Amino acid sequence: MQPLDMSQMELREVNATLQAAPATNYTQFEILNPRGSHAVAVGLDAPIAVTVRGSTGYYCAGMNKQASVHVTGSVGPGVAENMMSGTVVVEGDASQYAGATGHGGLLVIKGNASSRCGISMKGIDIVVHGNIGHMSAFMAQKGNLVVLGDAGSALGDSIYEARLFVRGSVASLGADCIEKEMRPEHIALLSELLEKAGADAKPEEFRRYGSARKLYNFNIDHADEY
Amino acid sequence: MCGIVGLFLKKEDLRPKLGDMLTDMLITMSDRGPDSAGIAIYGDDSDGLKVTVQSDTPESAFDGLDTALSEVLGGPVTMKVIDTHAVLTIPAGSRDAALDALGEKGLRVMGLGEAMEIYKEIGLPKDVAARFGLRGMAGSHGIGHTRMATESAVTTLGAHPFSTAEDQCLVHNGSLSNHNTMRRILTEKGFAPKTENDTEVAACYISSRIAEGANLGEALDGTLADLDGFFTFVMGTKTGFGVVRDPIACKPAVMAETDDYVAFGSEYRAFADLPGIETARIWEPEPATVYFWER
Repeated sequence: MQPLDMSQMELREVNATLQAAPATNYTQFEILNPRGSHAVAVGLDAPIAVTVRGSTGYYCAGMNKQASVHVTGSVGPGVAENMMSGTVVVEGDASQYAGATGHGGLLVIKGNASSRCGISMKGIDIVVHGNIGHMSAFMAQKGNLVVLGDAGSALGDSIYEARLFVRGSVASLGADCIEKEMRPEHIALLSELLEKAGADAKPEEFRRYGSARKLYNFNIDHADEY
Repeated sequence: MCGIVGLFLKKEDLRPKLGDMLTDMLITMSDRGPDSAGIAIYGDDSDGLKVTVQSDTPESAFDGLDTALSEVLGGPVTMKVIDTHAVLTIPAGSRDAALDALGEKGLRVMGLGEAMEIYKEIGLPKDVAARFGLRGMAGSHGIGHTRMATESAVTTLGAHPFSTAEDQCLVHNGSLSNHNTMRRILTEKGFAPKTENDTEVAACYISSRIAEGANLGEALDGTLADLDGFFTFVMGTKTGFGVVRDPIACKPAVMAETDDYVAFGSEYRAFADLPGIETARIWEPEPATVYFWER
């Protein structure tokens, strides 16, 4: 495992080393002393494994493709923002808009996530072991958000086709978000996601939420729903 | 954007290190706000009331100021000059006369209180901290601000913290949308802001509520009902330290607590040098929720 010590190296050097990884013999990296730095391990596009020892600031593992990023501490706003593929695992908590606009891959947060988790998600799978904050999955279009704890207010406001699974309580549902039936295919999907995320929970304990599809096209009779 | 920091010590033995710890936190937040920086520090109680004043021409303005003021007030006045600021300790009961006399001399009053001193200037946070020797300051708690100006000009008076009552001060990240309406209401109540800055309106609002009998927690709770816009507020009083975020909570905030201190920062990296941060309880304050500590 190649160490990249941020007390000795500039952020650009660290990220350039990771982004150049396919040309080297190293496939495993360890980032030391991140001390809350922004944009750690962003823009990766190779099947490498990166462990970040400590906590990061904004946009950790943003735009990730193929790589597996593991953060041992907590992360600031925008972790795994616009992720395309690969895996990002956070042992601690995540701040606002975790996994925002993500197109693919798996984001696992073992602690709590804050507000706007999975906002405008476009295909990413997000599994949060703790709670999530308000306005999560706002305008979510595709993918799955799994929450083992509770969800804050206005969950799934103006949601499209993303699926939301919550085990705990939901403070309130946002516009056009409704509870939906858990059919066998949802149980199967949830089992697979929970297993991938190393989550100790039974799929039967969850409730499913999604779009009522009233807001897809503007209809004057639904003006009050907005 | 703006960066805000705060530190409330629970144990006496850290008091000599307060300025050092807060300065590191402040400098780390420079790229959130490089326009100006300020700090309010709660040190030892003085024998009288401390008045922090500022002048753009400190050499001439502060020359013999203590002697002149003691003659006007009929009692001893001590003065500590630090760069563009001077902290005057005036005899009890002479507050209004002192403010009149200082006003006539064209000096800007940054704040007054038995424990609080305020230092703020335009410029990079590291330069502001060095000019005032913030690292060497001791105290029980303090708050700081690095400003990226949005609602008013980059001037010394537009820098945070804002103090609008004795020993009370406020730093803010965000922007208020109803500050002109509130300015009129507060002016009618006798709490008129002196600058065009929206944060001073919030400070006046909180001071007005405390003057009406609210405690710090109740006054901060009132901001949720009466102030419109985006805000994360961190407030200091003589014995307390409070935090509140608006219900949307767009502006970032993170808190850390150990047996030794409670710390606030706009970002986690402001905490990176604090002792024991590895094992601290760290959390993000919930929207529309007041947090406060009193000693």
